[in-house]
Amino acid sequence: MDDLLRDFLTETSENLATLDVELVRLEQNPNDPDLIGSIFRLVHTIKGTCGFLGLPRLEHLAHAGENVLGKFRDRELQVTPVAVDLILASIDRIKALLNYLEQHEVESPEGNDEDLIASLNAMAEGKLGGQTASAAKEEAPKAQEAAPSAPSVVDPFAPDEFGFVPVPAGDMATLSANMNGGKPIEPPPTAKAATVATVVAPSGEGQTGKSGAASIADQSIRVNVDQLETLMTTVSELVLTRNQLLQILRGQKDSSFAAPLQRLNQVTSELQEGVMKTRMQPIGNAWAKLPRIIRDLAHELNKKIELQMLGAETELDRQVLELIKDPLTHMVRNSADHGIETPAERLRAGKPETGIVTLNAYHEGGHIIIDILDDGRGLAVDKIRAKILEKGLASESELAAMTEQQVMQFIFKAGFSTAEAVTSVSGRGVGMDVVRTNIERIGGTVDFKSVAGKGSSFSIKIPLTLAIVSALIVECLDERFAIPQISVVELVKASPTSEHRIELINETPVLRLRNRLLPLVSLRKTLKLGEDDIQANGNAFVVVVQVGNSTFGVIVDRVFDTEEIVVKPVALILRNIGLFSGNTILGDGSVIMILDLNAIVMHAGDVHSPAARGQAIASAHVGHGETKQSLLLFRAGEGAQKAVPLALVARLEEIDCATLEYSEGVPMVQYRGKLMPLVPVTQGVAIPKVGTQAVLVFADKDKHMGLMVDEILDIVEERLQVDLSGRRPGTLGTSIISGKATDVVDAAFYLSQAFQSWFGEDDGAFDGDVSRRVLLVDDSPFFRNLLTPLLTVAGYDVTAVENANEALKLQEDGASFDAIVSDIEMPNMNGFDFVSALRGGEGKWSKLPIFAMSSHATPRDLERGRQAGFTDYVAKFNREGLLNALHESLKQGGNLS
Amino acid sequence: MSTLPTSTAGTALVAVEDATQGMFVTMTIANQIFGIPVLKVQDVLGPQRIAHVPLAPPEILGSLNLRGRIVTAVDARTRLGLPPRSDSTEGMSVVVEHAGELYSVVVDKVGEVMSLPAADFERNPATLDPRWQEISNGIYRLQGTLLVVIDVPRFLRLDQAHAA
Repeated sequence: MDDLLRDFLTETSENLATLDVELVRLEQNPNDPDLIGSIFRLVHTIKGTCGFLGLPRLEHLAHAGENVLGKFRDRELQVTPVAVDLILASIDRIKALLNYLEQHEVESPEGNDEDLIASLNAMAEGKLGGQTASAAKEEAPKAQEAAPSAPSVVDPFAPDEFGFVPVPAGDMATLSANMNGGKPIEPPPTAKAATVATVVAPSGEGQTGKSGAASIADQSIRVNVDQLETLMTTVSELVLTRNQLLQILRGQKDSSFAAPLQRLNQVTSELQEGVMKTRMQPIGNAWAKLPRIIRDLAHELNKKIELQMLGAETELDRQVLELIKDPLTHMVRNSADHGIETPAERLRAGKPETGIVTLNAYHEGGHIIIDILDDGRGLAVDKIRAKILEKGLASESELAAMTEQQVMQFIFKAGFSTAEAVTSVSGRGVGMDVVRTNIERIGGTVDFKSVAGKGSSFSIKIPLTLAIVSALIVECLDERFAIPQISVVELVKASPTSEHRIELINETPVLRLRNRLLPLVSLRKTLKLGEDDIQANGNAFVVVVQVGNSTFGVIVDRVFDTEEIVVKPVALILRNIGLFSGNTILGDGSVIMILDLNAIVMHAGDVHSPAARGQAIASAHVGHGETKQSLLLFRAGEGAQKAVPLALVARLEEIDCATLEYSEGVPMVQYRGKLMPLVPVTQGVAIPKVGTQAVLVFADKDKHMGLMVDEILDIVEERLQVDLSGRRPGTLGTSIISGKATDVVDAAFYLSQAFQSWFGEDDGAFDGDVSRRVLLVDDSPFFRNLLTPLLTVAGYDVTAVENANEALKLQEDGASFDAIVSDIEMPNMNGFDFVSALRGGEGKWSKLPIFAMSSHATPRDLERGRQAGFTDYVAKFNREGLLNALHESLKQGGNLS
Repeated sequence: MSTLPTSTAGTALVAVEDATQGMFVTMTIANQIFGIPVLKVQDVLGPQRIAHVPLAPPEILGSLNLRGRIVTAVDARTRLGLPPRSDSTEGMSVVVEHAGELYSVVVDKVGEVMSLPAADFERNPATLDPRWQEISNGIYRLQGTLLVVIDVPRFLRLDQAHAA
C-alpha cells in the first residue's frame, strides 16, 4: 500500500476515535467552545487530507460535516442531540469509506452520500428541526439499503479475496473464525450475509473499531523517534551486559547459569533485532523527492530524462537513511545534469532521446548497495584532466603518469566540478567530495565506473545500521583496539621462519601474500605506541583489510575474537586525532578505540609522501622536464647502489639457491615451467649454495631473465638525470637518487647477455637481411641509452640524436634511414611539429614510417599523433610494442620496394 | 568523602542568609581549592581504570566506563601546567557533562558542596597565570583561602592550551 495512504489511514483513524469521544462530550457540554473548536479542526483536517489525496467522496462528506460544525462554532446553530447524531452518522460513514479504502486502496465507487450531505446541508442552513433530526437518523440506514443493490465488493467467501487483504498472519485466525461463522467482515445487523457490501455499513456498533479483520490503523501506533532512540540505547547496553555475562561464563565450566544465560542471550538477540527493525525504513523514503527533482531538471536543461527506481522497499536504519539522503540526491542530480545528454546529442550518438537514470537498491551481506546508473555520456576524462591542470591539483607530468581511473578519482576532490556552466543544479563545486566524505563517515564506500559514451555507474555500499557492528579485537603493546569486521579480509600470522614473514623495503614493511606484495601499516608506529621492532621480532599478526580500492595489512601483536560492539562517537576533545571512528565498551567493561582504517591508510601514505615530494621538487630543478618515473633501487656487487626503471622489471623473486641448476656454466632456475637464465650484475661473483637469492625478473615475450642482486632497497619516484661519464658495460651511467650516487643499470645489456648466451640468436627482426637503419630522436639521454642497445640487439642500426633540429640537419646532410622513432615532449620543437615538418617538406624522409613514443598514450594522444603524421604511437617503456611496430612497418615497406 | 575544614562554618551561615548564592562542588588540585558549579557535576568517582587513548593530547588521561557511558578523563594538573601527582595519590574524578558528552576532571581530592554568596565573587586578578585565567571565571573569597571557579567549557578547550 502507498505509504501516504497508510499514514493517512492511521492518522484519520486516530482522529476519528478522538472525534467519537469528543462528540459525545459535546452532547453533554453543548457550549464548550474549546471542544467545538477541536472537533471542527479534526473534521477540517480530514477534509483537507482527503482533498489532497484525491478522495472526493470522503472530502464532500467531511466538507458537509465541517459546515455544520462551523455553524456550531460560530454559534449560529444550537448543539442538539439530533445534530450530534447526524454528525456521528456522517463520521460512521467516513469510517466505512475508510475501511473500504484500506482494503482496496481505492475509494469506494459504490453508493453515494447525497442523503447525508443533504441532511447536513439542511442542518447547516437551519432547516432541519427537531422532527427532521429523526429523519436524518433514518437517512443513514437508507444509504445502507442503497448499497446491497450494488454488487458485493467484499465477499468474505471468495477465498482469493483474502489473499489480498492486508492483514498479518496472526490475525488470520480471527478472520477465519468470522468466515466459519458465515459472517462478513463487518456484519450490519439487518443485512444478509452474502450480499452485503461493507462499504456503506453505517451501523453504529459495527463501526466501533471491533471489526473482525484487524485494520492497519489499529495495528500501528506512532512513537516518538526519541523514544525509539532511547530504547535502542538501552538495548545496546543490554547487549553489552549480555556480552559481559557470556564472557564470565566462558571462564566457568558447568555453571548453573549456563542455561538461563543461553536463554538471555537468545532473547537479547531477538530484542535487539526487533528494536533494530523499528528503526528500519524503506529507502524509498529517501527517494521520494527525486522524481520531482529529475522532472524539474529535465525541464530546465531541455533534456528528456526518465528516472527508474528499483528496490525502493529495501530497508535500512533511519539514521543511515537520513545521512545518505543528501549525497544520493546530489548524485542523482549529477547523473542527470552532467551525465545525460540533450536529446539532440543522444540521437546523434544513436541512443534513444530519453536518457535513463536508474536507482537500484538491494541488500548484500549486512550492507545495502545503492547503484546510480545513467546511460549518458560518461565521465569526460579530458575535461577532468583540463580541470585538474586548471585547478593546479596535479602537474602535467604527474597527470600523464595517471591511469584514466586515477584521473577520474579527482571528481571526489574538493572544489571540483566539470559542468561547463554553473546551472542552478550542479556545478558549484560543492559536490562529490562532500558526497564521499558523508558516505565514508558512516562507514560506507563509493565506487564508480564510467564508459565514455555509454554512461557511468556509481555504487554506494553502506552498512545497514550504525549502532551495532561486528568488530575484530586486536592488541598492540597491551592496548586493545577494534577493527570493523566488514573491512577485514583475512588474518595472517607472520614469523621469520614461516612462509609469511614481514620484509622491509627502506624501513617500509611489506608482506608477500600469494605472490603479491601487500603494503603493511604498523599500528605501533601509526599510533606511536612504542618502538617498532619488526626487525628484532618478526612474530606478529597481519590483519589484511580492504578499504575502498586499497588493500593493506595492519601489523598487530595479538588478535582476539570478534565482538558485537556498540559504536559510540569519540568525544569532541579527541576528534582531531582522526584515526578513530569511534569508541566502545567491551564485554569486560573496558573502553577501547575503534580504528578508522580509511584514515589510517591515508595517514600511512602521508608518512611517506613528504620526503618524496621534497625530492621531487629538488630534482625538478636539476632535471629538465623529464617525466618522473618509478625506479627500483637495489644493491648488487661492489660500489654504489643501483637502479633500474621499475617498468622494465616484470617481477621480484626470491629463489632458493638449492634449486639452482647449471647449464654450460650458466646458472638457471625453473621458472613458470621454463628455464630462466640468471645473470649476475657483476661477473665473477660467487653464487651462494644455500639460502635465497633475490632476483629481478625481466621478461621479453615468453622469455624470462633473472638479474641476481644482493638486496632490494626501495622503490622511488624520481626525475632521472643520468650523468654519462665513466660508462661501464651494464650501466647507463650514474645518477643521484635519494641523495646517493646510483648506477643506472642498462637492462638491455643484461637481456642481450642472457638471451644470446642461452637462447642463442634472437629471432631477429629480419632473417639474414641487411640491418635496417633507425633514427632515434629523444631529448632524454636515459631513453637514448636504453633504446639504442635494445634496438641494436633486435638487429637495427641505430643513430640517436637529442632533438628534432639535429634530426632535420641529418636529413639536409643526406643521411638515409628506414624508420624514425621520435619522442613527443622535446624542447624547442616537439614531436608533433617535427613530424609535420617532415611530412610537409620535400625531403626524402617525408614518406618514412615515423613512430611516436611518449608517456602520454591516451586515445586522444594517439589520434593527435596520427593526425600529425605519425605512423604509429607507442607508449614509452613498451619495448615490445615498439619492436613489433618497427618490424611490421619495415616488413611491409620491404615488400613494397 | 573528606571535608574542607576551613569552610564548613561559613557555608552554613551563608546558605541561610543569601538567596542568590551559587552552589559549588569543591576540590583540591596541588593544595589549591577549586570549584565547579554543582549543576554541572554528574558524579564523583574514586580512582578508576582509565584506558589510554593513543595520540591524545597530554591532558587526556584516557577513557573510562561510567555505567555504560564513555567518559573522557582530563587531568587537571596537566591542564593547569602543574607537576604530576605523586604516585601515592591516585586522584578522584569529577564527572561533568559538556556538549552532550561526559568528561571527568581528575583532581587530587574532592571536597564538599558549598554555597557561595555572589558578594564574595571577584574577577581573576590580572596577574594570574594565563593558563589559569583561561580556565577560570573568577575567584571566591573564602575564610582563610580562595576558591578558583573552573569554567568547564573553557577547561575542556584543549586546542588553546596547546597554542599557548
